[in-house]
Amino acid sequence: MSETFDAQTHLDAMAPAMGLTIDPAWQDTVIANLQATARMAGMVGSFALDDHVEPAPVFVP
Amino acid sequence: MTPDTGILHRSATEIAADVRARRTSALEVTRSAIAAIEAHNGSLGAFTDITAERALREAETVDKAIAAGNAPPLAGVPYAVKNLFDIDGVVTRAGSKINRDNPPASSDGTLVRQMRDAGAILVGGLNMGEYAYDFTGENAHDGPSLNPHNPTRMSGGSSGGCGTAVAAGMVALALGSDTNGSIRVPSSFCGLFGLKPTFGRLSRAGTYPFCTSLDHLGPMARSAHDLALSFDVLQARDPEDPAQADRPFLATEPTLANGIDGLRVAVADGYFREGGAPEANAAVDHVAAALGVTEMVTVPEAARARAAAYVITNSESSALHLDRLRSRAADFDPDTRDRFLTGAMLPAAWLVQAQRFRAWYHKQMLALFERVDAILAPATPFHALPSGTKTIEMDGQTVPARPNIGIYTQPISFVGLPVVSVPVWLPNATLPIGVQVIAPPWREDIALRIAAALEENGAVSAPIAGL
Repeated sequence: MSETFDAQTHLDAMAPAMGLTIDPAWQDTVIANLQATARMAGMVGSFALDDHVEPAPVFVP
Repeated sequence: MTPDTGILHRSATEIAADVRARRTSALEVTRSAIAAIEAHNGSLGAFTDITAERALREAETVDKAIAAGNAPPLAGVPYAVKNLFDIDGVVTRAGSKINRDNPPASSDGTLVRQMRDAGAILVGGLNMGEYAYDFTGENAHDGPSLNPHNPTRMSGGSSGGCGTAVAAGMVALALGSDTNGSIRVPSSFCGLFGLKPTFGRLSRAGTYPFCTSLDHLGPMARSAHDLALSFDVLQARDPEDPAQADRPFLATEPTLANGIDGLRVAVADGYFREGGAPEANAAVDHVAAALGVTEMVTVPEAARARAAAYVITNSESSALHLDRLRSRAADFDPDTRDRFLTGAMLPAAWLVQAQRFRAWYHKQMLALFERVDAILAPATPFHALPSGTKTIEMDGQTVPARPNIGIYTQPISFVGLPVVSVPVWLPNATLPIGVQVIAPPWREDIALRIAAALEENGAVSAPIAGL
């Protein structure tokens, strides 16, 4: 994912969609953090899980 | 004036015994704690709120109870709480500027009530990294909490003030929170015993959340016995915490001195032996040698577990703060703001995959604990860093310091395992470093027994810093 994830494009689309204003002075570190989280998500996403593995939190009515 | 710290610098267990036996009074110990805080807090930044009046009232109540024949287990023990715990009449700032606009808490958090009912004396709220998104103990609004063993070094976070206050001898106990390592990291950096109980064991009601699917509360102290004593007091069923598990009370103090005979202990290899400075492995080897442990085990997919914890934390915590990020982003600590802004923009699939991986990893860890009763791993990759450190070298690469201090703690809390961080002083070292003693779910007693055995044979210790 880190190879294909474009943090700047993602930020440009998602910040207004989420109602966030990113001050230009914060841009570089937000981009760096997006890249870091994308790397982490890529590690997780590249691990093959059986389709029947459910998320850990379980709702108890 | 230097306060008389004779009684204050003893363990919580000893203080309570002396107060119960009326060799000293809760009032005397409390006055000593307040004097120590006044003497050292200005230079160390441990406390953000000092509740001296309340403490003196609580001390009088305890002394009266003892005179009437009662014997509370933590009689007269001065303690403080990370400032995300609700304290009646105090604003729960959770390390933030924004939450200071909230009204004061109208009651104590559940664990504060448990401590009060056990005779402990609350002397204040402690400094922390903003909204607990931190491993440094630094805070743009309140200043850094510093390491009493070397005040040019950080305390570790996010329960930084807890580490500072206990290691400096201002209090005997502190209550902190640990989502990814925030009890174990300052325990390592400040040379303390820290207990992160099993996820769902202790009520979190009346504390400000960080990431509720990973948040834990627990004590920090200068002895394993003090951890056991306080842990036993803190256990209570509480319907106000929806994540609390319906588990029977586990008395850890009575079994604390049972030793380690029959326990199968192993050292975590692979991920947990890589990336750290030499002192991280040296500390684990020191503890393993003291226990006679030679077996190694591999925690499966630990790096991925850490990655999944990272994603869940980033996403879930940012969702909590979304409105504040929209309206008051400039009021966040710059060191947390950019991470929270990032987390508010993550695809949902990343979070869900991380939670699915968590379920898989949980099964692997349960299987691992069929072969061993406890696992040893470093608590931090290095000694306390210089205060203000922004980047570090790991495996030849320059990486941000703040998220990487917790690389060894995150894969463990990710599936809620109970851990005691024990403090190691390596030969000729001027700073301590912690080792995690990791037990199966709901077996805090095992981790505490091992910690007590290590303390008994002198392999680990938590001396008060010379100030």
